[in-house]
Amino acid sequence: MCGIFGVMDRRRQMMDGSGIRQALSMMNERGSGEGAGYVAYGIYPEYQDCYALHVFFDNAHDGRAVVDAMLEAWGTIEHDEAIPTYDQPNLRATCTTPWRYFFVPDPSLAPGSASPERDVITNLVMQINTGVPGAQVVSSGMNVGVFKASGWPEDVANFYRIEDYEGYLWLAHNRYTTNNPGRWEQPDPFNLHDWSVVENGKVTSYGTNRRYIESFGYTCSLETDSELITYVIDLLVRRHGLDIDLAIRAIAPPYWKDIDMMPEAEADLNRALRLAYGSAAMNGPYTVLAANPDMMVGFTDRGKLRPMVVGECGDRLYIASEEAAIRAMEPGVESITMPAAGEPVIGRVAP
Amino acid sequence: MAKSLTIDAKDMHYTPLNQQIREALANGAREVTVNGVLGQRFIGSGLQGDATITINGVPGGDLAMFMSGPTIIVHGNADHAPGNTMDSGKVVIHGSAGDAVAHSMRGGTIFVRDNIGYRGGIHMKQYEEKRPILVVGGAARTFLGEYMAGGLLIVLDLNETMDARGIGSGIHGGEIIIRGDVDDASLASGAKKVPLTDEDRARIAPVIREFAGEFGLDPEPLINADYTRIVPASARPFAGKYTWE
Repeated sequence: MCGIFGVMDRRRQMMDGSGIRQALSMMNERGSGEGAGYVAYGIYPEYQDCYALHVFFDNAHDGRAVVDAMLEAWGTIEHDEAIPTYDQPNLRATCTTPWRYFFVPDPSLAPGSASPERDVITNLVMQINTGVPGAQVVSSGMNVGVFKASGWPEDVANFYRIEDYEGYLWLAHNRYTTNNPGRWEQPDPFNLHDWSVVENGKVTSYGTNRRYIESFGYTCSLETDSELITYVIDLLVRRHGLDIDLAIRAIAPPYWKDIDMMPEAEADLNRALRLAYGSAAMNGPYTVLAANPDMMVGFTDRGKLRPMVVGECGDRLYIASEEAAIRAMEPGVESITMPAAGEPVIGRVAP
Repeated sequence: MAKSLTIDAKDMHYTPLNQQIREALANGAREVTVNGVLGQRFIGSGLQGDATITINGVPGGDLAMFMSGPTIIVHGNADHAPGNTMDSGKVVIHGSAGDAVAHSMRGGTIFVRDNIGYRGGIHMKQYEEKRPILVVGGAARTFLGEYMAGGLLIVLDLNETMDARGIGSGIHGGEIIIRGDVDDASLASGAKKVPLTDEDRARIAPVIREFAGEFGLDPEPLINADYTRIVPASARPFAGKYTWE
């Protein structure tokens, strides 16, 4: 059990983090006080052409010098600084320093790639997260940033003063820790350049899915579902060119017996997807919210073992674990629905 | 102490809220109105007596859990599992409810005006005179009556939007009665359709009449409508799956 919340403004109108904090706090019962996090798109307009790397440095290691050198070898650091934080007595103690780089990768270093900058970023994230002691990249996209720590949603929000950030698309997560240690980098959201993911649930096919995604050069270092899901979406959408609805169908495919009842063309498509992406299909109970700069999507597992409520109000699309969270931010919400299992909700930002 | 009481629950945690409701009943209140409810779980949990609690807002999960006796009326939607293991009393929801409505319910009545989520009536049960009732005015979702062990579950599907699959998955007691026809493919293995007899219709008529009365509906067309009755195909649907004999 975790609490997840997402809001997107279709016309890119900005929302500061205070409403998102309030909505997530509404679901404190869904968490255990050991982790929470926020991710927002649109927060760094002054560096919108740079990749914003949010990195957690463990003060016991000298990870920063190593990361600095790696970044300088793969591109240009336009600016870097400590992420402003404000001590909160109730956060789980740590010696982590959240740092941010605004970085321009050198595309000539990934020859032959259709998206060389993102390939450079992907490789850097894998190398840092698996090979640099005391350094973890928690987000790496343009004009986006992840803010997370071990604690209750309000304390994490206050630690970063989340109300000081303005974004047009936010995801938030309140963690009920089950089987991972409560390190600061563990809670959702997880981000890799464009894509961010929060999840309520447990992907029981984690091992199969991880072996699959690691065969494409990704390395799962956090052992969290959201890390895995982020990489699978990046593979399917960016590298394989699937539309997001097909990617979600590959991850949460219809049951075989339901496919057999579909019209022939649709059945053929679904069979092909299941055969091609059998190892990307995720079992277990989950609701996933994912976002990139242009969209927010939500979907549940096929058996609908986790809740997902969708709200709409004007230009805003909300997806949350509970209706009360949506109403905490938008008391006058115009419509509330609960989509069917496996049926993706896809909200797109106007171009 | 007055017989009626109003509580403002805005920004209140469910623990003090439930304490106030319980204290009011202990002091003799028979009507409690709770305003500004938003997301508070467990409202009326374990509550006993014959009072009426009116909830204005959207309560959180496990409304009326273990409740024994009172009536709870909700003007808004309910979240997951209202009536969880409820013992007796009544819950009337003027709106929709989330997944696992009437989870393990063992007695009493739940009326939901609109729709319910997945796994409605999961593991409802009955014993001697204890026979829980869940009536849904709108549609129910997949795995309706999952592992159902007893009780009566009626879905009226008034807007004809029902698209549930796997109905009665693992059902081994009780009955699911759905207005209109139900496709064979929507039934789970272990569940079977039987005709609704005149005796069955006479048995559910008072329940439908009471439901219609709560929501201002004309009961007669509903009583006389066509229904599909779904019951267990066997008392041990998984006898051959999990055991060797």
